[in-house]
Amino acid sequence: MLAKRIIPCLDVRDGHTVKGIKFVDIRLVGDPVELGAAYALQGADELVFLDITASHEGRKTFVGLVRRIALHLNIPFTVGGGISELNDIEALLSAGADKVSINSAAIRDPDLIDKMALNFGSQFVVVAIDAFEKDGKWEAYINGGRIPTGRELFSWAKEAEDRGAGEILFTSMNHDGTRNGFACGTIAELSDTLSIPVIASGGAGTMEHFRDVFTAGKADAGLAASIFHYNEISVPQLKAYLYAQGISVRI
Amino acid sequence: MSDMKVAIIKYNAGNIMSVDFAMQRLGVESVVTDDQKLITSADRVIFPGVGEAGTTMKYLRDHKLDMLIKGLRQPVLGICLGLQLMCSHSEEGDTECLGIFGEKVKKFIHWTDERGKHKVPHMGWNNIYGLQEGIFSKDMENQFVYFVHSYYATTGEHTAASCDYPGPFSAALRKDNFFATQFHPEKSGGVGAQILKNFIEL
Repeated sequence: MLAKRIIPCLDVRDGHTVKGIKFVDIRLVGDPVELGAAYALQGADELVFLDITASHEGRKTFVGLVRRIALHLNIPFTVGGGISELNDIEALLSAGADKVSINSAAIRDPDLIDKMALNFGSQFVVVAIDAFEKDGKWEAYINGGRIPTGRELFSWAKEAEDRGAGEILFTSMNHDGTRNGFACGTIAELSDTLSIPVIASGGAGTMEHFRDVFTAGKADAGLAASIFHYNEISVPQLKAYLYAQGISVRI
Repeated sequence: MSDMKVAIIKYNAGNIMSVDFAMQRLGVESVVTDDQKLITSADRVIFPGVGEAGTTMKYLRDHKLDMLIKGLRQPVLGICLGLQLMCSHSEEGDTECLGIFGEKVKKFIHWTDERGKHKVPHMGWNNIYGLQEGIFSKDMENQFVYFVHSYYATTGEHTAASCDYPGPFSAALRKDNFFATQFHPEKSGGVGAQILKNFIEL
């Protein structure tokens, strides 16, 4: 049976992991390659590396880093963060990334999704959507959640699928950072609306939250950062719990 | 394994580097090439790939790689699209394939049942069972491996491993010196690494 996926997300700036990560030997902190490998050994199903580098020079460093990650990692990984040019996407895929996630660029230029799917295949294309709920309406935001776009979440997600996205990575800005649980109702609606997998992000605080997002939320994958990085929940512990709850996970 | 040479067939398909990297992790010398001599003289040949069946078969025919692959005598491992192209026919673009395996390639359909919605592509980790000897170790029965595909090979006489989504399909095929996996061993963690090692050590 297809397993629900657990995906730790690592923020990378200038080739280094930004957030302190406590689950492994302190010497490893900062090196995305070694951290990624450690997560893979723990049983993470996939990883997301998010480049938060601002400078152009730093972006070049990221491609080199992606190549080192691909060389060392034996599980799939997605790279994202400020990617907007087809050339950059090709460079990342050539470096060995399994998937590339686009967010603001997809909203500004939705044709980019079609172009990526046509050139590289839908399985490489993850469309990330950051959305905020106000008065019962979900609106997509860009530039790291700073700029509202007027695009409604569900219609935008469906358009992304129709244009060739292979997966949707949905982050609820209302829930992100709260540790009060995922936006299960919205994620379930998204999952029912789409025929492609939905990765749920934003709000993970406990193991029960993951159970809920996989059952009530109908998510295909759950993504989190700090709870894994600070070892509040370890991947093996989480998977053992989900397995005991009758949820299909890879152990 | 240092004297072993592995040729990874280069053609118009994506994500071939991942297989090359996996060989490097095993300490095996590999070359990504479309050079006929290098391919035929290699100890092992890997036929990887992600892409569309019709255009890829045309590319293989135009470059005379189709006959070359069929005529190989050393152990050959097809991966993902590689497996599908080694079958007799694919529904993707109504494509005549290499015909090494008699099994046919069909498209997954969206399916909803009591376990939920079966989305296409079949993406993620799924368990394999009914493992035949060859590239699998005994302790791999029901282990999870990583899949990304919208088309699948039916089960048949050459099925060497099965997987369910929601019905059974061929997760691996084998005939004589030809092996193939629908999943990506290069992305399937320790289990996948062991499968690649077993293939090298055949």
